[in-house]
Amino acid sequence: MAADSPPRTAVLSVRNIVRTFRSPRGIIRALDDVSFDVAEGTITGLIGPDGAGKTTLLRILAGILGADSGRATILGFDPATEAPALQRHLGYMPQKFGLYEDLTVGENLDLHADLHGVPPERRAELYAPLLSMTALGPFRTRLAGKLSGGMKQKLGVACSLVHAPPLLLLDEPTVGVDPVSRRELWEILARQVRENRTTLLVSTAYMDEASRFDRVVILHAGKVLGEGRPEDLVSEARGHVFHVAYPSWSPRKLEPFLAKVPGILDAVGEDGGVRVVVEGSAPPLPAEISTTRIEPVPPRFEDAFMQRLARGAGKTSRTAPSPENLGWQNKKPGLADGGHEEAIIIRELTRDFGSFRAVDHLTFSVGRGEIFGLLGANGAGKTTTFRMLSGLLLPTSGELRIDGKDVLGSRVAEIRGRLGYMSQKFSLYSQLTVHQNLVFFTSAYGMSGKRQRDRIAEIEAFFELEAYREESAGLLPLGFRQRLALAASVAHEPSILLLDEPTSGVDPVARREFWRTISQLSLWGVSVLVTTHFMTEAEYCDRVAIMAQGQLLALGSPAEIRARARTPETPDPTLEDAFIRLLEQAQPPGVPA
Amino acid sequence: MKALAIRILRLAQKEFLALLRDKKSRMVLIVPPLVQLIVFSYAATFDLNHISYAVWNEDPGLYSRQVLARFSGSPNFRLLKSVDSEKEVRALIDNRKVLLVLHIRSTFSRDLLAGRPGTVEALVDGRQSNTAMILMGYVQTIVQGFSDDFVAANGLTPPIAPLSLRAWYNPNLKSRWFIVPGIVGLLTLVVSLLVTALSVAREREDGTFDQLLVTPLRPFDIIMGKIIPGFVIGFAESTAIVLVGVFLFHVPLRGSLPALYLGIFLFTLSGLGVGLMISSLVSTQQQGLLGAFLFLVPSIILSGFATPIANMPQIIQDMTLINPLRYFLVILREVFLQGAGIRILIPEYAALAAIGIGSLLLAGHFFRKRIG
Repeated sequence: MAADSPPRTAVLSVRNIVRTFRSPRGIIRALDDVSFDVAEGTITGLIGPDGAGKTTLLRILAGILGADSGRATILGFDPATEAPALQRHLGYMPQKFGLYEDLTVGENLDLHADLHGVPPERRAELYAPLLSMTALGPFRTRLAGKLSGGMKQKLGVACSLVHAPPLLLLDEPTVGVDPVSRRELWEILARQVRENRTTLLVSTAYMDEASRFDRVVILHAGKVLGEGRPEDLVSEARGHVFHVAYPSWSPRKLEPFLAKVPGILDAVGEDGGVRVVVEGSAPPLPAEISTTRIEPVPPRFEDAFMQRLARGAGKTSRTAPSPENLGWQNKKPGLADGGHEEAIIIRELTRDFGSFRAVDHLTFSVGRGEIFGLLGANGAGKTTTFRMLSGLLLPTSGELRIDGKDVLGSRVAEIRGRLGYMSQKFSLYSQLTVHQNLVFFTSAYGMSGKRQRDRIAEIEAFFELEAYREESAGLLPLGFRQRLALAASVAHEPSILLLDEPTSGVDPVARREFWRTISQLSLWGVSVLVTTHFMTEAEYCDRVAIMAQGQLLALGSPAEIRARARTPETPDPTLEDAFIRLLEQAQPPGVPA
Repeated sequence: MKALAIRILRLAQKEFLALLRDKKSRMVLIVPPLVQLIVFSYAATFDLNHISYAVWNEDPGLYSRQVLARFSGSPNFRLLKSVDSEKEVRALIDNRKVLLVLHIRSTFSRDLLAGRPGTVEALVDGRQSNTAMILMGYVQTIVQGFSDDFVAANGLTPPIAPLSLRAWYNPNLKSRWFIVPGIVGLLTLVVSLLVTALSVAREREDGTFDQLLVTPLRPFDIIMGKIIPGFVIGFAESTAIVLVGVFLFHVPLRGSLPALYLGIFLFTLSGLGVGLMISSLVSTQQQGLLGAFLFLVPSIILSGFATPIANMPQIIQDMTLINPLRYFLVILREVFLQGAGIRILIPEYAALAAIGIGSLLLAGHFFRKRIG
């Protein structure tokens, strides 16, 4: 969006902001001498791993938190001293937006209008475009708590725009929102910028979103690692990105291997090979994999981001785990020998809630050692399916088999011992330390004595949690919390892993690590069923199923799904394009579920 | 069996850590109950001290001064003012300057000398009816003492049926002896209810409850794991309160310790049961807290802690039959003051055990229901 137009006035400027927090590990510099400007009528992205200081910065700018030193100017106000005056003009949408779930859509809008002193006679005129943009018009009298996740986020945006603020601060507005709703949300925001010259400062963990911004600011460990137009940052990576394939190794084996090679800044599995970002002009491949096919590929924003991060901070992801660390198959004889049987069989599975059918005659199966992705918009029935599989919910009808055993007829304890379950909330006891959490969860699965101690030591080493052993789980950075949650759910050596949006809100660095671990587990014969909103992650899956309204819309390998969306206009669709296309075919846009 | 014991032990350990590792919840469990004990025991007393009163004496004679001297000499009374008109009396009582005005008419000494009954009028502030009743008792005792001495000194005929009062188990009718054992019950109930009522709700909010339910642990294990820490904390706190009551407030503990602790055990069981029942029905900690208070307030008011159950309408008296605090207060007061042993309290133990087991079974039922 128009970087060649005449320079615009900065409506927001940040100069040398420093903010520290005290923590049990000492003083943390959440923001360390941060400076940048935001021009009027542009979208600026604030990008960085978890704990980089994005939220802290947005809170300081909104006048909710004070800075230790440095100053900021927003719309001519100083948030440190003129917060009340600033907040009348500013729109701010925090990560957990405070919608009142017991109020209707209309009442939520009225409330925010009241809070910002919008005169009643102007409201009709201000609401109309917001309601039509968000397509919430027909739901004015519906309770906010009864909206889907995507609609709630849209209502949140509408509420923050109700007083027509010239500047809007958004903190990860699209976390946990499905690709379709995400696209719609961005259309709303882009229109706001285009038509009203609203300025946006947005933090996000989605790299594909970042590439659509006018400018991005990359934050890492409280410092600005890079700043500029996304195109410029991307062009820095040109000539450093390659697609590497080694026919005798699967990408799942190749990726962790390459990630360990010095000079390779980033490696991620893609399309039958591995996409790598390298330091020099060619991948420094070791002699072991000589017959490798190497092709240069055009860089994406994510490549540029990983390049910056690796340069600025050294290699941030932990070294990939090696099989010797966690000899899965030696300990679970049942795993290796049952190679041909299906790990999960679901037949005609149905679940009703009153008159609403959440899951409708669903049928699919997951093979041993397979990574199976379950994709779908919010409310498609994925979580309900998961809850039935894990025994938290009884099906209305249908059949569920886990390792050949009927879930409904078998002894519950036996089935549950075979399952590992990790939910999007990273459910851990936040008051307990990392070690205490592991002790508890392994005990819950019946481990005790020396076997338990050995297993915990092994798991702590494998997930590199030793340094945080005595830390309360609730105080861990998000990426570590996720790592611990996964550690806790695999500590009892399950043969099947159920992961419900396991990477929600987690940054790209932690996401890569996470998937490397999952790939490794699948190589050891663990079957994985996973839901995700990140379509790039679905590429890690052997097969994916797309659900809508409780039914199966499509099933196949990522390549097959992509092929189904191929048209003359988009000869090479991404999985996300394919996903949105399939959903739109099933349900014309604009018709709410 | 051993595996089961280990599982439950680990669950209990986890509950303990969750409660005690967090500085705030540690404080909430330990400090307020002890502060409440001290404050309640000093403040919540029916004994009146420093009663401010005024005198309106129209009698110039000797006897009125003798009567009034008995008041001014009592440690419970504090003379604020002498007045000489009804208007002043009204002003003093209306403005809550005094609780009592003693009015002696001009004929008082003359009537006594002439062998006629004299009248001492006591005007009390009836707006605080409870205080007024107690105050009238005090005034009566003092005036009675004067008239008994007068009768004896002047060789007159004593009243025909003099009343001789003696209070067993609490000879001086110290209200602290009545209140402190009650507080043991009150605080034990608050603690055992809060420990459990919030625990499942907290797990639901954090999402750990689902994580717990997908493990092979059964509802029975989970309930046991939640009850054990409640027991330990309930026992520790009630022991602390008993110790403070006996050594700081000198309330006699005349009965047997086994009788007391059997009562504490069964009462804690029913408190935990009710707490878990609330917990299994609510989905947030806020609802859990509200539920706990919804149960706490009526169970304290309808327990006989302050007002006797016998005074309540029959239908309410019937309702108090499911109130565990009602039985525990009987146990406490009888063990502390009367020196009761286990045998005499069997009906109360049985009632508590029934409430405890019943509520636990219901809690287990609700647990399972929420899963399906």
